[in-house]
Amino acid sequence: MKSAVIVFPGSNRERDVADAIERTTGTRPHMVWHKESDLPKVDLIVLPGGFAYGDYLRCGAIAAHSNVIREVKRRAEQGTAVLGICNGFQVLIEAGLLPGALLRNRSLRFVCKEVGLEVDNADSAFTHRYQRGQRVVFLAAHGDGNYFVDDDGRRELEDQERIVFRYCDAKGQVTPEANPNGSVANIAGITNRAGNVLGLMPHPENLVEPALGGTDGRAMFEGLAEALS
Amino acid sequence: MTRSDPVPEPNPEITDALVAEHGLNAQEYARVKEILGRAPNLVELGIFSVMWSEHCSYKSSKKWLKTLPTTGPQVIQGPGENAGVVDIGDGQAAVFKMESHNHPSFIEPYQGAATGVGGILRDVFTMGARPVANLNALRFGSPEHPKTRHLVSGVVAGIGGYGNCVGVPTVAGEVNFHPAYNGNILVNAMTVGLAEADKIFYARASGAGNPVIYVGSKTGRDGIHGATMASASFGDDSEEKRPTVQVGDPFTEKLLIEACLELMATDAIVGIQDMGAAGLTSSSFEMASKGGAGVELDLDEVPVREAGMTAYEIMLSESQERMLMVLKPGREDEARAIFEKWDLDFAVVGHLTDSGRMAIQKNGQQVADLPIDPLAEAAPEYDRPWEPTPAQPEIAPDDVPAEDPCDALARLMGSADLCSRRWIWEQYDHMVMADTVQRPGGDAAVVRVHGTDKGLAVTVDCTPRYVLADPVQGGRQAVAESWRNLTAVGAMPLAVTDNMNFGNPEKPRVMGQFVGACQGMGEACTALDYPVVSGNVSLYNETGETAILPTPAIGGLGLLPDIARMATIAFKAGDEALVLIGETRGHLGQSLYLREIAGREDGAPPPVDLAAERRNGDLVRKLIRDGTVSACHDLSDGGLFVALAEMALAGDLGCEFAAPDDTPLHAWLFGEDQARYLVAAPQAAPILEASAAAGVPAAAIGRTGGDSLKLSDGRAISLADLRAVHEQWLPAYMQAEG
Repeated sequence: MKSAVIVFPGSNRERDVADAIERTTGTRPHMVWHKESDLPKVDLIVLPGGFAYGDYLRCGAIAAHSNVIREVKRRAEQGTAVLGICNGFQVLIEAGLLPGALLRNRSLRFVCKEVGLEVDNADSAFTHRYQRGQRVVFLAAHGDGNYFVDDDGRRELEDQERIVFRYCDAKGQVTPEANPNGSVANIAGITNRAGNVLGLMPHPENLVEPALGGTDGRAMFEGLAEALS
Repeated sequence: MTRSDPVPEPNPEITDALVAEHGLNAQEYARVKEILGRAPNLVELGIFSVMWSEHCSYKSSKKWLKTLPTTGPQVIQGPGENAGVVDIGDGQAAVFKMESHNHPSFIEPYQGAATGVGGILRDVFTMGARPVANLNALRFGSPEHPKTRHLVSGVVAGIGGYGNCVGVPTVAGEVNFHPAYNGNILVNAMTVGLAEADKIFYARASGAGNPVIYVGSKTGRDGIHGATMASASFGDDSEEKRPTVQVGDPFTEKLLIEACLELMATDAIVGIQDMGAAGLTSSSFEMASKGGAGVELDLDEVPVREAGMTAYEIMLSESQERMLMVLKPGREDEARAIFEKWDLDFAVVGHLTDSGRMAIQKNGQQVADLPIDPLAEAAPEYDRPWEPTPAQPEIAPDDVPAEDPCDALARLMGSADLCSRRWIWEQYDHMVMADTVQRPGGDAAVVRVHGTDKGLAVTVDCTPRYVLADPVQGGRQAVAESWRNLTAVGAMPLAVTDNMNFGNPEKPRVMGQFVGACQGMGEACTALDYPVVSGNVSLYNETGETAILPTPAIGGLGLLPDIARMATIAFKAGDEALVLIGETRGHLGQSLYLREIAGREDGAPPPVDLAAERRNGDLVRKLIRDGTVSACHDLSDGGLFVALAEMALAGDLGCEFAAPDDTPLHAWLFGEDQARYLVAAPQAAPILEASAAAGVPAAAIGRTGGDSLKLSDGRAISLADLRAVHEQWLPAYMQAEG
């Protein structure tokens, strides 16, 4: 699998995700600076976590208008897999590739902790190595991860099985207590209609080796490599 | 770039009142006139004022700081640079320092704490190191004080807001609450960075004709005289000083880190220094002094945020996220291209000379002309009068009431000083960079050296109530506890950074605390081969007549050769043996049991036997590294029973244990004797044998198992109850109405 990680000024998990991809698939991604208007020919484009442009406007709002995003949109429309994690998810929403909005966490505080996720859709290129209904643990690390979509939008996401991850408790139950940020319906990650663009708040790339305390993130990158190679 | 419009430089008469406003006393001002051979103008007076402030000159503390050990085979750079540097093998170096931002954080907690983090990060990446971990040591007033909640909330959010954005994990810290900090909180921030040992950058300007470069953010009017503010006590008007608190921009800092490291990968830089306290003044004077150069600065070239700034304001501004560097001749364009790529200001603001003087121009006029060495090096140095702290009486266990041990444990674990800090560390991104192999909540955090199996163990420690009662023992204890915390994860302690927070040094009693703490720290650092490589002094931490508890916070750094051989505090398996290592006498003086349960804050603190520290710690580290023990915890605040509880909660596994007959139970459980560790292991025998061979007291006291902490007399407390009180205090406190 050939992949590219987009680097914005203020990105800070670009190395984490590049390392995770290399560690799990054996191939190092291209790092692409935001001022580029060309992208190498790749199977996967990753928008990493961080604070692009400082997130001083709405999170992701300025990055969504950068040169490289025009090309990311074009590739996404052609079917290239696009993965936006945390700040990358915020950019995908601001760029119009995914619906809804990401608001300040309900607590108004940044939250960094492991979160349980129920896999609601195990048919995508991103999640086919997981089982539907399986509980996985990723790392949340965000201040603006409170996913909002109106009732019609939520029904559409549910009807089209586009909700991929929901926050759940240790027993796998999707409960209000398990929701770390106030997201509608405990939504942690969604895809676009075609299923080739995934945005999620928690970080699979931070739990891919036992030394860091977990390996549940591996199957996402291994699965992508299998599906896209 | 915004050019300032020509405005006439104010040229007031230098009156006694103006001199006093600048924090200089009569003798110091006489010295100024002697050095110049004339009276200074306002710009020059401002420069002397900040350079000779306590904050920049260490004039009260220097005499005693010089007594601390600062060398060792592992030391690449000791105190005197932006940060200390130690060798971690394989051509790699760790660069670290801790610094206070106490006064600004009390006035404006979010920005004060945030810019404290920004400043210490710059001290580290200035030296060519990529920052890999942040830590902090925080002291707040009584939880009942009306401001405490607001200060906790703002400081924690500020530290997180800055560190999370720049993408450096905040991995460890400590927090105390005490009424002595009601009017003067402490915010000490530490950064650790990684560099190649042969590519360390220093703050030395040399080479007449070489260009002096300004990079980073523009200069504004914020923070003018911050260093002077940090060198005076607070009065009732302290909150009116809000305009002297700087505003942080972590996004720009992140760009500055990347741009500087990119330029450092070339060989274009001669010397580099961040603009911290006293801004352009201190950075230019320090670099020139260390390199033996003269400087000509043209302030019209300095990128400014607003029009009409005077030379006085530009020289004294403490705007954040700025650096000063000297390049090799002809390398300006290459450097400029890098900073422009990162959308940062880049300006040639002057050049070096061989005059030994700082000549500053603005609007084509010379506005200051000062000799560099007398300012930077010949700053006043005082031997202030000091009084030793009177010895406190020993407190016998029989004089302290023995409460039900399980009730007492629950109260301690749910107290402000011992409750879980989860509410705090969950606001810090402690996992970014994907190398945090031991997270907050243990004895020390461990950050993997990227791309290797080595780990850096880091911790910050101090027990201010001990230092108040006996500065010498308290100084020893702060160093020893830090060394133990590193040892308890299996690391070899390498060196420390110290952050000396004290009251007004002009009071002999306070100065005596400083002198005593330095003595104790020096003794411990020497005995443990654990030198001081960097540090910071914050004096005048007083409001009205109330001084803070003397707080020499110690930041420790250790090395793990292999992170696979690392210990954590969590019990790993049932039916394992628990072995208490070190001697337990049951010392209750100055213990948290005495304070929280008996309501007394008195007595002598536990004495620190440095030979025992060394012997016991070296044994424990060996037991961890050869895989004999499965869990290890240093014993400190709250003593043995609190350590057992923390190990059980971390592993979600209980234990059963028996107390000896020869010590009163409450003193055995809650005494705070030093040089002790609790370890768990499949077998006790190998540990007891190794201890006997090393001359280390050790006793098997129980076994892991069950879901409670159970004494052999049948008394028990469930982990569920304990977890509830332990986890509940801080969130409940922060949610309550202030």
